[in-house]
Amino acid sequence: MKELVSKFLMAVLAISLFVVPGAWAETIKVGAILAVTGGASFLGGPEARTLEMLVDEVNSRGGINGNKIELIIKDSAASPEKAISFAKQLIEEEKVLAIIGPSTSGETMKIKNICEQAKTPLLSCAAAEVIVKPVAAYVFKTPQKDSFAAQKIFMEMNKMGISKIAVLAGNTGFGKAGKGQLLKIAPEFNIEVVETEVYDKKSNDLSAVVAKIKANKDVQAVVNWSIVPAQAIVAKNMRQAGWDVPLFQSHGFGNIKYVEAAGAAAEGIIFPAGRLLIADSLTDDNPQKGLLLEYKKNYEEKYNEPVSTFGGHAYDAFTILMAAIAEGGNDRDKVRAAVEGLTNFAGTGGVFNFSAEDHNGLGLDAFQMMTVKDGKFVAYTGK
Amino acid sequence: MTLELAIQYLMAGITYGSIYAIVAIGFNIIYNTTGIINFAQGEFVMFGGMIAITLLNFMPLPIAIFLAVAITMVIGALIEICFIRWLKSPSVLRMIIITIGISILSREVAVHIWGESIRSLPYFVGNEITSIPILGARISPQVLWVVLVSALMVLCLGIFFKTTSVGREMRACAANRKAATLCGINTQNMVTLSFILSAGIGALAGCVMSPITYSQYDMGTGLAIKGFTVAILGGLGSSGGAVAAGLLLGIIEAFSVSVVPLAFQDAISIAILLAILFVRPQGLFGSKEAAGLKEY
Repeated sequence: MKELVSKFLMAVLAISLFVVPGAWAETIKVGAILAVTGGASFLGGPEARTLEMLVDEVNSRGGINGNKIELIIKDSAASPEKAISFAKQLIEEEKVLAIIGPSTSGETMKIKNICEQAKTPLLSCAAAEVIVKPVAAYVFKTPQKDSFAAQKIFMEMNKMGISKIAVLAGNTGFGKAGKGQLLKIAPEFNIEVVETEVYDKKSNDLSAVVAKIKANKDVQAVVNWSIVPAQAIVAKNMRQAGWDVPLFQSHGFGNIKYVEAAGAAAEGIIFPAGRLLIADSLTDDNPQKGLLLEYKKNYEEKYNEPVSTFGGHAYDAFTILMAAIAEGGNDRDKVRAAVEGLTNFAGTGGVFNFSAEDHNGLGLDAFQMMTVKDGKFVAYTGK
Repeated sequence: MTLELAIQYLMAGITYGSIYAIVAIGFNIIYNTTGIINFAQGEFVMFGGMIAITLLNFMPLPIAIFLAVAITMVIGALIEICFIRWLKSPSVLRMIIITIGISILSREVAVHIWGESIRSLPYFVGNEITSIPILGARISPQVLWVVLVSALMVLCLGIFFKTTSVGREMRACAANRKAATLCGINTQNMVTLSFILSAGIGALAGCVMSPITYSQYDMGTGLAIKGFTVAILGGLGSSGGAVAAGLLLGIIEAFSVSVVPLAFQDAISIAILLAILFVRPQGLFGSKEAAGLKEY
């Protein structure tokens, strides 16, 4: 029996020696830390699926300069503690070239310094501005800045003649950072924040807090800033309370599933987002149109679910990284320099122009104000 | 505070409160027959909602809910038969660890079947924006469904335990297991029955609350913590206590929004739990003597 086992092992060993692929020049490892499950799974799910789709595409086209890309996805479940241990594991054990993710701002801030010290490029899919301000040499992010989202919302309010608002935010990194931005720049637009409330990211009924802010008759509009399902719950509870002031959401609302969850209550919600959601209605000279339509078609065919801007953030992180690898090869420092040097690079979030001072690379025009009409996202054109 | 606002808070509190009470009653039923806390109780609620949502693709809403409750009851029975019944020396601690394991296992199964996204049943009456005015406050008709179904469940359980022979056997089992065995009651079957019952009421609660709170694979943990708080607050094992404590906690939570920031809502319920454990470990409505006789 023992002999048989050892013979079998020898045979396996011999076979495995023959099947080692010789076609690839080198294998380049790329790590990804995404919240595939847990409270932020709305972000991490589409992001992980997008990356899996893209890495297959790249490898089936022959890789980058003949090098195979190997993607290692770790599911952090939106837990900063897990993100930290995965970041260390990816850098020290897997020795990845770069890391894509995490999905949430809170996690990204926890591993920012780890990546900076290990000189490993990090391309975050999270939105908070603090990720790239102050700039850390190795840390980039692909979603649009939250200060730009806040500015867009306030510009729209100025047009509508709204001057007193209530701010609701989830107690996540994204919610806290967004609330900070709103409170900071509101005075610049002559807007007064008269009520603020922060709710737990697992909240599943907000009717009490809606009743509280509704009782303040000064409130002319509500801004809700979060990435969790509570976005849909706020909308429902407001409309159930018979309160019809305009409801603004952050760019975290860019997933049609939230619209489905809120049903009729989602109608008329106004929010800023990248153009992916309305790719069909863009003019042909728009530099983003081609890639937006291609990504939308491929993703929807493969996974049978609508694209979201969050998957788009991973798309941008991946394509930027691949462009940088094509230039810098399997070298962390060269890849970092290559990302910083990218200009006029069209992605799903906008046209990226990176520089040593700007590790996000997107301008105010990357956002488009949108609204929900008949259960679909459409460009918002004002009343 | 205006009357309108107070009523709005009160209704929000009653909604949360009835859900907490139902989860707590689920804890109590199993606690009474086995002396353990079933930490997978929240997962029954999740299964009820999720299964009903899936079945809704093939059949009308009432049948989907009925079948979902039935299937969850079978799951409850299977859990007891597979994991609890065959224990050779069922110490309380060991059984509790097993239920925690089952709760984690159920979550993982759910995330594989249904994925990570939130789902919900449609509103039973009207849609997301329908509301009924009550004394100047406005509430969703679904809130009335939650309150009504919870009240009916409590009523039916009361009748079941008081008047039917199986109900009496279960209470005998709760009062003294050894004596019940000596009287010819099959206590093991009673334990299975208690799992079936608490799975069933959990699943029904999961269905009626789904339009309001959504269903997601990991919703069970939070509910279990709140339900546990309520069960302790009302005195472990007491159904009436659970209802009173559930409503009390829900209303305190809702009104707390007007004084402290919303983010502290959960801190309030945990603080109440700790205070009760220090000051009145037998709960608000439990008697000290009875608590002293329990194994745990």
